[in-house]
Amino acid sequence: MGEILSNYDVLAAFWGTIKLSLLGTFGALVLGTIVAVLRLSPVRVFQWIGSWYVNTFRNTPLTLLMVFSILGLTFILGLQLNTQDLNSNAFRWAAVMLAVYHGAFICEALRSGVNTVPAGQAEAARAIGLTFGQSMQHVLLPQAFRGSIAPIGSTIIALIKNSTVAAVIGGGEAANLMSTVIENEGSRFSVFLVFAIGFVILTLPLGLFFTSMSRRLAVKR
Amino acid sequence: MSAQSVLFDAPGPKARRRHAILAVVGAVLAVVALYVVVRKMQTANQLQGYMWEPFLTDRSVWRDYLLKGLWGTIKAALISIVFAAVFGLVFGVGRLSTIRPVRWVCSVVVEFFRAVPVLIMMIFAFGVYTRNGVFANDLNPLAAVVTALTLYNGAVIAELVRSGVHSLPKGQGEAGLAVGLTTGQVLRSIQLPQALTAMLPALIGQFVTILKDSALGTAITYTELLTWSKTLGSAFTNTVPAYIVAAILFITMNYLLSRLAVTVEKRLNRRGKTAGGAVAAAPLPGGAPADATPA
Amino acid sequence: MKVRQIGAVLAASVLTLGLAACGDSANDSDSGSGGDASGGTGKAVKIGIKFDQPGLGLKQGEDYTGLDVDVAKYVAKELGSGEGDITWVQAPSAQRETLISTGQVDMIFATYSITDKRKETVSFAGPYFIAGQDLLVRGDDSSITGPETLTGKKLCSVTGSTSAQKVKDKYPGVQLQEFGTYSECVAALVSKGVDALTTDNTILAGYASQEQYKGKLKVVGKTFSEERYGVGIKKGDTALCEKINTALTKMVDSGDWQKAVDANLGPAGFKVDTAVNPPKPDACS
Repeated sequence: MGEILSNYDVLAAFWGTIKLSLLGTFGALVLGTIVAVLRLSPVRVFQWIGSWYVNTFRNTPLTLLMVFSILGLTFILGLQLNTQDLNSNAFRWAAVMLAVYHGAFICEALRSGVNTVPAGQAEAARAIGLTFGQSMQHVLLPQAFRGSIAPIGSTIIALIKNSTVAAVIGGGEAANLMSTVIENEGSRFSVFLVFAIGFVILTLPLGLFFTSMSRRLAVKR
Repeated sequence: MSAQSVLFDAPGPKARRRHAILAVVGAVLAVVALYVVVRKMQTANQLQGYMWEPFLTDRSVWRDYLLKGLWGTIKAALISIVFAAVFGLVFGVGRLSTIRPVRWVCSVVVEFFRAVPVLIMMIFAFGVYTRNGVFANDLNPLAAVVTALTLYNGAVIAELVRSGVHSLPKGQGEAGLAVGLTTGQVLRSIQLPQALTAMLPALIGQFVTILKDSALGTAITYTELLTWSKTLGSAFTNTVPAYIVAAILFITMNYLLSRLAVTVEKRLNRRGKTAGGAVAAAPLPGGAPADATPA
Repeated sequence: MKVRQIGAVLAASVLTLGLAACGDSANDSDSGSGGDASGGTGKAVKIGIKFDQPGLGLKQGEDYTGLDVDVAKYVAKELGSGEGDITWVQAPSAQRETLISTGQVDMIFATYSITDKRKETVSFAGPYFIAGQDLLVRGDDSSITGPETLTGKKLCSVTGSTSAQKVKDKYPGVQLQEFGTYSECVAALVSKGVDALTTDNTILAGYASQEQYKGKLKVVGKTFSEERYGVGIKKGDTALCEKINTALTKMVDSGDWQKAVDANLGPAGFKVDTAVNPPKPDACS
């Protein structure tokens, strides 16, 4: 185990994982909120766009999305996120795909959060003359966010772990290094242990944090 | 879906016109995007006949590759869904237990399995099974896939159960206790049914995750849809089309699963309408189309 | 636990006995008629191959084709197992050691380079082919003639592979795109997303030989490493190793080896490096 840590730059690889996860989480929260609003909006077309988004991206394996981002989007459609450097192009696409994929889950988490808000709240908001946007912004989403902390937490933790899938396009993170180590050292148990522990260190505190948050922020009813 | 109908008024003539214009603009944009994609694929040599024809003309494509892959995926997913649901229910209820040690043990188990990546668990389980010969050699990959998917997704489902119960109005449990039910009975007959209904959208998401994550089995020699479509791509030199077909198959499968769950959700809602309070669906004014946005 | 361990030991010893017995019968057939086992009445054997490497190990419908497959069939026949007795098992690169050490396969023919590191966990018979790292480019591309002309070009390889690491270290001016499998790299090469693909020349020649890629892809033909393909077997099984080596020598002497190489790698005009091929098997240890 010590040998792996001294021969390979495990910390740098996990730093890649952390960067990827942060970018992905930020993007997923933004995208997820937008899509949730679309799905709840009065405009039919927006609802269709929202449900199309969720159905497509929630239902495709992330591995395929990652491969498509390079094979399809970069090479066939010519959408490069960094024209100078293929490696950073792959890294950025990996972050985008993580955001796109988990955005669908965030949207569903928010929707189930909205479902826990009593209908009277929405009715009251409308009764005092708030528009759709205002009642979303001031009444529903704040409560929905608090009500859906647990599923959102699960999604973010899943995102961190799913960042390993970026290895299929050489995204430059922990799983990428793991395949290099396995290639050179063979698939030994200690190799897995190093990387498993790394992920436990990253995600376990986060899981505990979200659990306590969901308890503290729960809307008392 | 329930919140929608109370969020805004029925659109008037002006709003309807605006919506119609938006619809046309959206449709035009979609057609343009599709055209660009097709043109680009053509210039990239991805639309040649030999790449796509086998899917229609060659029975071997389906018989020897895709159907085998589909069966592998579905088999692993079904077993895992059943186990994960049981695991999640047991440990979710365990975390709500009034007995402190039970609560602690369940919490530790759930938090741990939520923290480790599925892939790493899969590889670990596979190593343990093969070294100790727990199952027959050909069964080890499937067993490892099922184990990893069950532990991880079961832990997530446990979380859903717990947070679902917590999000219920307090009065529900108190009322149950007041009429003389035990805490177990309150949980079983009052809180759990409502919590599961409220958390159903997220729960469906989890089942779909299981179906998709079975694709990670590729890494431990479990042969499922993704593995077979890769092999197919090599044999017919049509990697990109093979992946597109695989994606369509995955989306269709998962979509059907979601639809099924939505139907179930609706039925649950209808039943729980009178008792559900905050959680179950609000009565729909004038039978408005609640399901404009299928999940 | 204890019972299971004893069971495992018993099973292992029975297996070894079985293999030894099988080896004997193969010896007999060496002197007599070698081809009588081809039907499927001999001893069952599980062989690990690649399922997705054209020219080496490829599943085509219900059949398996490629150099690795042909060599495996020949060796199996010499060991007393006909084609019908062989169970083909998919052996992805990262799983090869596990498959052998857990007994899921008896032999592995899967572009398996002999290295000292791997010898710590498995034993090798052979080698049966000496390959080398090379480049695959589009047929009309004459600007790439070797690794030193790659500067500023886009190169593709498989995540974590030795080939990728080597290029990264030696030629830092190259842009490297990594994918999970070579098929994806080939698709990227055909759609002009990358300019070259690097890995063993055998794998490259296999792709270039595929019907649909004829004339569109070519192997540059300037190797810059040596990969000695061996047959992976359980560690320390020298008896089996000797048998396989005998079979491999016989395959080369009879001309069947050359036939298999020509049929599987030849169509794209790939030249086998005759200075090192066909190789002499290493001594078993």
